[in-house]
Amino acid sequence: MLDDFFTRALVAGIGLALTAGPLGCFIVWRRMAYFGDTMAHSALLGIALAFLLEIDLTVGVFIIAALVSLALIGLQKRGGLSADALLGILSHSALALGLVIIAFMSWVRVDLMSFLFGDILAVSKTDIAFIWAGGAAVLGILAWLWRPMLAATVSDEIALAEGMAPERTRLIFMLLMALVIAIAMKLVGVLLITSLMIIPAATARRLAVTPEQMAVLASIIGALAVTGGLFGSLKFDTPSGPSIVVAALGLFLLTMIFYARRGETGRSAS
Amino acid sequence: MQLRDHHSPHGPLVRLGGVGVERDGRWLVRGVDLSISRGEIVTLIGPNGSGKSTTARTAIGVLKPSEGTVFRHPGLKVGYVPQKLAIDWTLPLTVRRLMTLTQPHSQAAINTALEAVGAEHLANAQVQALSGGEFQRALLARAMLGKPDLLVLDEPVQGVDFSGEIALYELIGRIRDETGCGILLISHDLHVVMAATDTVVCLNGHVCCRGTPHSVVTSPEYMRLFGARAEGALALYRHNHDHTHLPDGRVLHQDGSITDHCHPDDGHHHHHGDGHDHHHHQHHDHAHPEGDGSHAR
Repeated sequence: MLDDFFTRALVAGIGLALTAGPLGCFIVWRRMAYFGDTMAHSALLGIALAFLLEIDLTVGVFIIAALVSLALIGLQKRGGLSADALLGILSHSALALGLVIIAFMSWVRVDLMSFLFGDILAVSKTDIAFIWAGGAAVLGILAWLWRPMLAATVSDEIALAEGMAPERTRLIFMLLMALVIAIAMKLVGVLLITSLMIIPAATARRLAVTPEQMAVLASIIGALAVTGGLFGSLKFDTPSGPSIVVAALGLFLLTMIFYARRGETGRSAS
Repeated sequence: MQLRDHHSPHGPLVRLGGVGVERDGRWLVRGVDLSISRGEIVTLIGPNGSGKSTTARTAIGVLKPSEGTVFRHPGLKVGYVPQKLAIDWTLPLTVRRLMTLTQPHSQAAINTALEAVGAEHLANAQVQALSGGEFQRALLARAMLGKPDLLVLDEPVQGVDFSGEIALYELIGRIRDETGCGILLISHDLHVVMAATDTVVCLNGHVCCRGTPHSVVTSPEYMRLFGARAEGALALYRHNHDHTHLPDGRVLHQDGSITDHCHPDDGHHHHHGDGHDHHHHQHHDHAHPEGDGSHAR
């Protein structure tokens, strides 16, 4: 079954979407969309590092993304520049630095486009194993830490006062994000990773009344977007990664229009 | 301050000794001694920026003190209602789901708690759709659900109308009576203080004075406003601050002078016998042996 490249892409993409949904909810709730973007952009630096040290690409990306998130937490604590400005600086310099370093390494031949926009049609069976195993690990940890994560999202202070450790929870969340970015990079590329986390979560918001519902719906919507995007790319011969994001956007717009039609009553009741 | 260890053989739940908190070179609060025992209600009052929230947050470990010591009873279980809490619209959250934020509870326990605060009809409402008063009541229900040893309520009646305010104060007294937990209550209102309070601590950047509500004068205006129901639930804490802490750390006294530090005996402060100084209250406390938390209500 997995011998067909399209089936492999579908299985890999759905596995990623199921993982990205709940994680994306936390990114939306904690207003960390730009933060996720910064981590994703730093992935290119991770690729350069992996080539330099001759280690696995996914491992390199994970290490750099985790380091960047730690650096951000550290810089934010020091005060001074706003988080917004810090993210702007780190995000694009990490991307640019990665591009420059890769250009310097004349001995490696890299298809930059595949890193920037991904190549989901080229996933191997090993990649699929990686995606599903990694995704299961991420979802498992998320389920295990769900209550403290959600409590810290609502209020760090309540969580801390009532015996939880929001700092530790936050650190684990960052590492999970780094892991998902490392896994997703091959599929949709560094420029589109965060969209796969954020758009399904934002789409699920209007359909859910509890955080748990929103997380499950985000996974389902993400899987739908992957399926729709891949079939679309097959039919119209468009690039697969961007097609998935466009499909996700389509679903988002659909719910937005649907709920706007239902008018002010729906708005005031929610 | 006078420690009330006789409340519990286990000693105080929380004890602050000479606690000060400094941020960006400015002391938010300094020299706070405070202890809360099981079954005791301690109320912090004082003007805006006097360090009430800072003191409470230091007591429960949300803030770290820059000086002094904070003792918390090992394994102390805290229920906390913060002063400000904004829940982002992107997070769908019903009142019922809010109840199990930090620990799971049975549906029956949740319904009982919501009924106690008069919010049972809001169980399935989204928290973002609640009014200020409704949200406060939901937060109080959530904090009491965990059966905490210490309940910390930072301005729990904000946004609540007058009759609701009285009901909430009475509920807070009832929670103490029924569960025997200690309660640290914060009020920015200098005039409305619960009659069931055991100790009132007035902050003004430091502990300005403290005492039992027995020493508090009842206000005819408040009685007129709230009617007979309010009797016993509300009392006036008549009070004038004799000095103000300036932003630069200096102290402006009522006589117009400015000093670098705040010393009660530097001649700028009220003299003994003004009706609300420290020793006066302690004396008062001893004179009323029923001042152990069982005030008539």
